[in-house]
Parts: sequence; structure tokens; C-alpha cells
Amino acid sequence: MNSPCIIEVRDLRKTYRAGEVDVHALRGVNLDISQGEFISIVGPSGSGKSTLFNVVGGLTPPTSGTVRIGGKDLAGLSDADRTNLRKTMVGFVFQKYNLLPTLSARDNIEIARHIAGRNSNTNARFQQVLELLGIGHRLHHKPRAMSGGEQQRVAIARAIVNDPAILLADEPTGNLDTENSAIVLDLLRDLNERMGQTILMITHNPEAASYGHRTVHMRDGSIVDTQLTLE
Amino acid sequence: MSERHRSKYAGNGTIRWYLLNKLVLENLKHRPVRTLLSVLAIGVEVTMMLTLVGLSHGMLDESARRARGVGADIVIRPPGSSVISLSSAPMSDKFIQFFEKQPHVSLAVGTMVHPIGGINTITGIDLDRFNRISGGFRYESGGPFKGPDDIIVDEFYATQNNLKAGSMHELLNRQWRVAGVVEPGKLARIFVQLPVLQELTGNTGKLSQIYLKVDDPARDDEVVRHLRSIPALKDYYIYTLEEFTSLISVNNVPGLRAFIYVIIGLSVIVGFIVVFMAMYTAVLERTREIGVLKALGASSGYILNLLVRETVLLALLGSVLGILMTFGSRWLIETLVPASLTQQIVPSWWPVAAGIAVVGALLGALYPGWKAAKQDPIEALAYE
Repeated sequence: MNSPCIIEVRDLRKTYRAGEVDVHALRGVNLDISQGEFISIVGPSGSGKSTLFNVVGGLTPPTSGTVRIGGKDLAGLSDADRTNLRKTMVGFVFQKYNLLPTLSARDNIEIARHIAGRNSNTNARFQQVLELLGIGHRLHHKPRAMSGGEQQRVAIARAIVNDPAILLADEPTGNLDTENSAIVLDLLRDLNERMGQTILMITHNPEAASYGHRTVHMRDGSIVDTQLTLE
Repeated sequence: MSERHRSKYAGNGTIRWYLLNKLVLENLKHRPVRTLLSVLAIGVEVTMMLTLVGLSHGMLDESARRARGVGADIVIRPPGSSVISLSSAPMSDKFIQFFEKQPHVSLAVGTMVHPIGGINTITGIDLDRFNRISGGFRYESGGPFKGPDDIIVDEFYATQNNLKAGSMHELLNRQWRVAGVVEPGKLARIFVQLPVLQELTGNTGKLSQIYLKVDDPARDDEVVRHLRSIPALKDYYIYTLEEFTSLISVNNVPGLRAFIYVIIGLSVIVGFIVVFMAMYTAVLERTREIGVLKALGASSGYILNLLVRETVLLALLGSVLGILMTFGSRWLIETLVPASLTQQIVPSWWPVAAGIAVVGALLGALYPGWKAAKQDPIEALAYE
């Protein structure tokens, strides 16, 4: 990969307090992600992959070390700064889809643009995203009327509609059957290949991990191994 | 995208709140029972205020109308009296001759008012003089006083107490015969002969109010100025009838204003508690959704904005319902207790009551809103 580095993690440590005990969730993580890369992170529960996801996504501040996204260091950012960063720099996809149940699929996507203060009559991106997702005919439905696979596709659309520097996906196929998992993973690969979307995906499933260019293995808060996926 | 959608989503660079309002509306529709109960409770809050205000206005307007019905031009009240209540009779009836000697005063009529509980009073009149100043009663049935035990009542009081001419009626521990039932709107509802009431209440020769007729209506102010300049009348209240009726307002009834404040205070507390509970449960229930919005980059202000909109909408819907319910409460009072209290519909108070409801509701939304805005997105997203 010769593309510029879009995410640069150096000696990242994160310690949080659970009750009276300090938990060292990340113990010096170093990771570079190039623009247009699709990275899978695997590891057992408690290995720190979710914490890495939260720190890189700007949901929680690092305890020490640096995390640069598009050249911007997350260390030292205030809550409000990190909130601002989330609007446009990162997009989240969760295991449980996390769509707003009272809004239609279209409005679930729209609200992400609204929060980011984007104007949706400059619609090229929106249209492109919808075409790629292949759910144009389902957009007026509310989440409860959609299958898990459809909901996850809407969630992906919501995550990328603001053209984020990186798409963070936390077990995106964890709640899906094999068929829908394949659809969602193909979609992520399509986004990566056709639109150049940088993706960081957490997964338990080795098959899912193989969709990425690289698989990073984590254990006990550190990266223990990195494998390139063989085409 | 359809044309309809296109126009709805078009924003021209200004922030479009359409989506936020839609989310608010959908959230309210999502829990119809909670929404309905909140609106109903705020509606009751607003009705409480408006009914009380309506009753006060109804009562005061009725007093003013009856005062005008006397046909006098000037009213004289003793020192220390308030506009609405007259509990004693401290003026000597010698004043009558004194006033009639004053320039341009063509007639003076003294009355005596004695409270008989509740908002009712019994009024002693000199019927001849009273007829001369007021143009006389219009009898629905019966006629003038024939003996000392006779009373005249207005139709309103007669209906309320099931009386007709010839009925017996007990007041002040005494049996009275209803001599006549008259059209309402003149001075009072229950009349007896002045000397009878004076004697009965130990106020022989005393009056509680004096009405004057002026020979030329254009001279009202001049006569009032003259009377006020007489040193012996220094402490007396002397008004033209116009001044007097304008004084019959909530502000001049002792205690009424405080009472209205207490009811408004209670209403605000009711609204506060209801909205607090409703928004608190809403925030708990939407923990995950708030986490999602925060993950998408929504600031605390954005979340607060959402809840404030929801709260204000609840309060406004409740206010509309409350206003509608005042028509219902008026109908109930008229139907269940005919000829008792008059409740007016007072539209000038609608925005006031709605404003109070909105403020109470916003106070109630304060803590839940703060809780939502401070929510940690990671914890919120992990919330089951």
C-alpha cells in the first residue's frame, strides 16, 4: 500500500476504572491504516478491540499515546471537539444496526446529514450510496418492517453518507444469517473497491475477516499478529 | 427521488428543522398512551387556571353589571371599604339629606348591605327612592313589599333556591315571604326594606353605600370634584359610576389575586411533575437512540433541542385541550348547578395559561434533558 496514511495510532493506551479496579484495555497499540484500506480486527472478548474501535471513533479519549485521523490528533480533544469530529470524520456500523425506530429508512440516513449540517440537495453522494445499497424501494419503511440485512444496509448508508475518512464497523454481521452476512460483507467490499472507502471492521468470524486486505489479531490489549489476506 | 420529496428536503443552505420536528412527532406517536396522558394532565392544568379566572371574571362582571343597573351617576362608600365587600354600615342616613342639598344632585339613595354567607348578601333598600333612581323593578311575578317580612329576589336567586312569589324563605334566622321575583341586573339579588334590615342587624339609621343621581349627566365629574373637596368627606370613597365599575377587577378583590396565584402555582407543579415523569421515562427508554445520535455527532445542544421541542409540543397540545375543556367546565357548572356561579370564557387569558403551561413543562423537562445531554455514548450504546 502506497496510499497516504489516514489513521496513525502510536503507543495507544487506554485505562478505565471498573468499580475499584483499573482495567488496562489497551497497552501500547501501534497501527497505521492507509487511505482506501479495508482492515479486519479479530481477537477474543476482552482483547481490547472494542476499546480501540471506541477510541478511533472518538467516542472516548485515549489515556495516552496518539491517534491521528486525517492528520488530526484525538488526544487532547474536548468532548465537544470529539463530537464534532464524529460528524464527518467517522461513520459507525454496529452489530445491532441501531437505527432510530421511529424514523423511516430514508430519514435515518437523512438525520446523519442533518446532524453534520450537510445540505441534502447536493445529492450526488446520497444517490450514489442508495444505488450501491440496492434498497431504494424500501426507503419509506420503518426499521421494524425491514429484515436484519436490510436494516444493516440502511445503517451502512447512514454511516457513509457524510463521506467519512473511515468507516468503523463493530461485528456488522454478528446478528445476521449466512446469506445476509454475505450481502453485507460484499457491500462493504464494494464500498471499499468502488468508492475507495477506508474501513476498519471488528469481527469474530474468520471468514468475515478475510474480506479485508489485512487482519489484525489482538490479545490482552495489544496487537499480536498481522496477516495479509491472500487473493 | 420524487418531486414532493425533493421540495421537502430542499434546504438552501439554511438548517432544515423539518427532520427534527418529524422525529419529535414520531416519538410522541410512538407512545400514544403516555403522550395522551401528558396532554390530558397539562390540559387539566390549563383548565384549572382558566376556570378560576373565568369564574372570577364572571362574578366581577356580574357585580359591575348590577352596579350599573342601579342607574346612579355617583357612588359614595364609607372609609375602609373595599370595592366588592361591604360588611358594615358605618354611614349615617343623615347623609342622604346632606347630599341632596349639594348642587346638581337630584336624588340620593342609601342602601345597606349585609353578608349572608358565601358570596351572597342581603340588601336593604328604600323602595320608593330606589325605583326613582333605577326606573323601577320589572316584576316577573308578584310585586312590591307589603309588610316587614317581605323580600324581593331576582329571578337568578329564585331559580337557584326554587322560589316563587308567595314562597317562604329563611334568611338570617328568620322566615320571609317572597313578595316579588324581579328581573336580575339591579344592584343585588335579595332585597328587604331598609329599616327592617337596619333594625335586624343592629344598625339603625346606618347605611353602607349611597348612590347619587346628577341632574345633568355631563356634570358627574364636576360634582365628584366638589364632594371630594368637602373636608367632612375626606376619607370617603367618591366615584363616578364609570370609575367605580372599572375598579371592580381581580386586583381590587382582597385575597382573590393571591388565590389565583396559589391555583396557578399548583397548576405549574402538576404540569412540572407530569412532564418530568413523561420525559424522564422517555429519556430512559431512548437511551440507545440518544447514544446513536451522539455517535453520529449530535451535540448536547442537539439532544436538548429535540427534548425541548417535544416538551413544548406536549404543552401546546395540552393548552389547546385545556382551553376546549373550559367550555366543558362551563357547561358542567351551568347544567349541574344552574343559576349558581357564572363562568366566563376569557380568551385574553389563553396565551397566559398556555405560557404558564409551557414554562411548567420546560421546568419538568430540565432534569431529564440534562440527563440525556450528558449521556455517555458508549454506555448508551451498550444499554439494553
